[in-house]
Parts: sequence; C-alpha cells; structure tokens
Amino acid sequence: MTDSIKLEVSRYRPEQESEPVFQSYEVPLRKDWVILDALNYIKDYVDGTLSFRWSCRMGVCGSCGMMVNGTPVLTCATFLEKFAPGPIRVEPLANFPVSRDLIIEMSDFMNKLKSVKPWIIRKEEKPVEEGEYLQTPSQLDDYKQYSMCINCMLCYSACPVYGLEPAFTGPAAIALAQRYNLDNRDKGQSQRMEALSTDEGIWQCTFVGECSAVCPKSVDPAGAIQRYKVAATEDWWKSVLMPWGKGK
Amino acid sequence: MENNSSVQSKLYTRKVPILWWMHRWVDIRFITRELTSIFVATYAVIFLFYIRSVSQGAEAFAEFSEKLSSPLLIGFHVFALAALLYHSITWFNLAPKAMVIKIGETKIPGLLIALMNYAGWIFISIVIGWLILNS
Repeated sequence: MTDSIKLEVSRYRPEQESEPVFQSYEVPLRKDWVILDALNYIKDYVDGTLSFRWSCRMGVCGSCGMMVNGTPVLTCATFLEKFAPGPIRVEPLANFPVSRDLIIEMSDFMNKLKSVKPWIIRKEEKPVEEGEYLQTPSQLDDYKQYSMCINCMLCYSACPVYGLEPAFTGPAAIALAQRYNLDNRDKGQSQRMEALSTDEGIWQCTFVGECSAVCPKSVDPAGAIQRYKVAATEDWWKSVLMPWGKGK
Repeated sequence: MENNSSVQSKLYTRKVPILWWMHRWVDIRFITRELTSIFVATYAVIFLFYIRSVSQGAEAFAEFSEKLSSPLLIGFHVFALAALLYHSITWFNLAPKAMVIKIGETKIPGLLIALMNYAGWIFISIVIGWLILNS
C-alpha cells in the first residue's frame, strides 16, 4: 500500500483567478485520517494559503461539508483510506457560489431557513407558575428525527432542483419547518404553510431523494417534504370543502 | 456591511450543465422516471382521441381501432405500459415516506402502508378491467 495519496483541491482566489482551478497536493495516507485531517496537513505544512471551513471535527457543527469525488460529505467523517489509491478530488459544496477555495457563500440558505420560522410559535404562553410543557415519548418521536439537522447544507448540494432552480426553499429548511410543525407545543403550522405551500416551496421538489441519501444525520428531508405536500393538499381540500373553517 | 457588494461581485457561480444527470446511476434512474411521464401523457392524449371517435360514430371508431392496431402503435402502447408500471411501482414504494400514519401512539409500519397502496391499485385496476371487458 502506498503511504501517500494525491488530493486535487479546487482553488479559487478571486484576486488571482477568474474561475476555479485544481491544485494537487501529496499527503500522508494514514489509516486514522479523514479528508479534513489531510486539508489541515496541507494548511499547516504545505500551503498555508488554502482556505476552508471547519470547527468541531466530530460531525456536529456542520461546517466542513465539501464535495469529495463529486459527492457532498462532511470531510470530518470521511476517511482518506476509502479513496485509496486516489486521487481524491475535493471541491466546494455544489450549487452554492464560491467565495474562496473550498468556502461557499451561504446567505441564501440562511435567508431561506429564517423564512420558514424555525422556532416554536405559540398563540399564547401559559404563565411560568403552571410549569413546563410536558411531552410524551411518542410526541417527541414525531419530530425528533428532523431536529437532528445540523445545517450542513449537504442536502442543498445534492439536490438537482436547487441547482437548477435556486429559488427553491430547499430540503433542510423544509425539514426544519416540519420539525416545528410536528411539535405538539407549536401553533405556527398555518404561518409556515403560507411560506412553503408555494411554487418555490414544497411543490418544486420532484422527489429525487438524494437529500436524504447524503444526510449525515439521517434526517430524511425528502420524506419531510412529501409529508408536507400531503398536509398542504389536505389543507387545500379543507379550505375548499369547509371554507367556514378557515382562519383556524 | 459596506464591503458586501464587492464581496458579492467576486463570488464564483458554477453553472449546472444540461447533462448533469449523466454521471451517476441514481440521477439517470431519476431522469428515466421523470421521462416516463411523456409516454403516459401521450397515451392519455391518444386515449382521449379514441373516446372522441366513439362519439363520432361506428365508422370513425372502426377507423381509429384500425390505426391503433398498427405495429408502431402497438409497440408504443407496450412501451407506455412498461413506463407506467415503472413509474407506478417506484411511486408506491415511496408512499411510506409521504404517509406517516399513527393509530393512537403506534406508528403503522411503512411496509404495510406500501402494501395497502398496492392493494388499492390492484383492486381499482380489476374493477376497471371488469367494467371494460364486460361492457
């Protein structure tokens, strides 16, 4: 087995290049190294100008998502050895504008996330003296899966609809909307429905399913979107058949 | 914030190539599934014309039936049936993702939901088949 492996890393230095180019680096092929270790090795010992995001190094912060050989992954959770003998191609997350090297510009996702109001909305708060809002394990189970999202944006990179139609609200934001919709303490379903039952919202999804396939936390955004479509359809039929029940 | 526009102008936006789906098997499978809709829609249009020929009298109906028995159109219908089956089966397999049903505290298993959909599909197909063959 070789003791080194080649990384072809996408470089984009706006002051220097008009479009990204690939730069090759030889890094030690260690059994316990992930892609992020190799990038840090390059940064520390080979080329300090390489830029990339990372933080926790344990699959929780969602900062180190990149395309590795064309697939969006968390680089802290993807071992070098899997790609031996190489080369390994590392690029910034697809479908997002590139800011520098492996860093993408994520404002679009942040704005979309905000638009779905990913927080608990109450019609009225009960007084503190009445204690906490209790939930049964089954009620927790209804939304827990969706609460595992770490906003890593791998699902946006895997989604061809988002690549072709950038106005699409996208998988993670819709999954997080569902996280709150399915929480029995929340009363904001109708507010989120206004934002999501639109052409740019759930109806643009054609159920490719790749968002769920690449999710490192098994959130299943594709399932969340399809459930939302069913709920939106029910809502529409109710408004047609029982117009007096509107404004609930 | 005042530098925001200069930062934005230096962003590099990658274009999605028209043949983006040609590189991976999962994408090819997805596009194939989408393309089945063309055959289903074409079949529906032919069928509507066929119904119209019924309203135009026995001669028009016989003429249309004659056209439909050409090898080309039989071939098309066989292909459309295969496309429809592929689309329907993949659709019903995905049904449990969209339908999460709970009875009390118990979640109905996905397999059961898929089977119920298949059962409904087969039942409706038998009823339609019976109506057509007995008319």
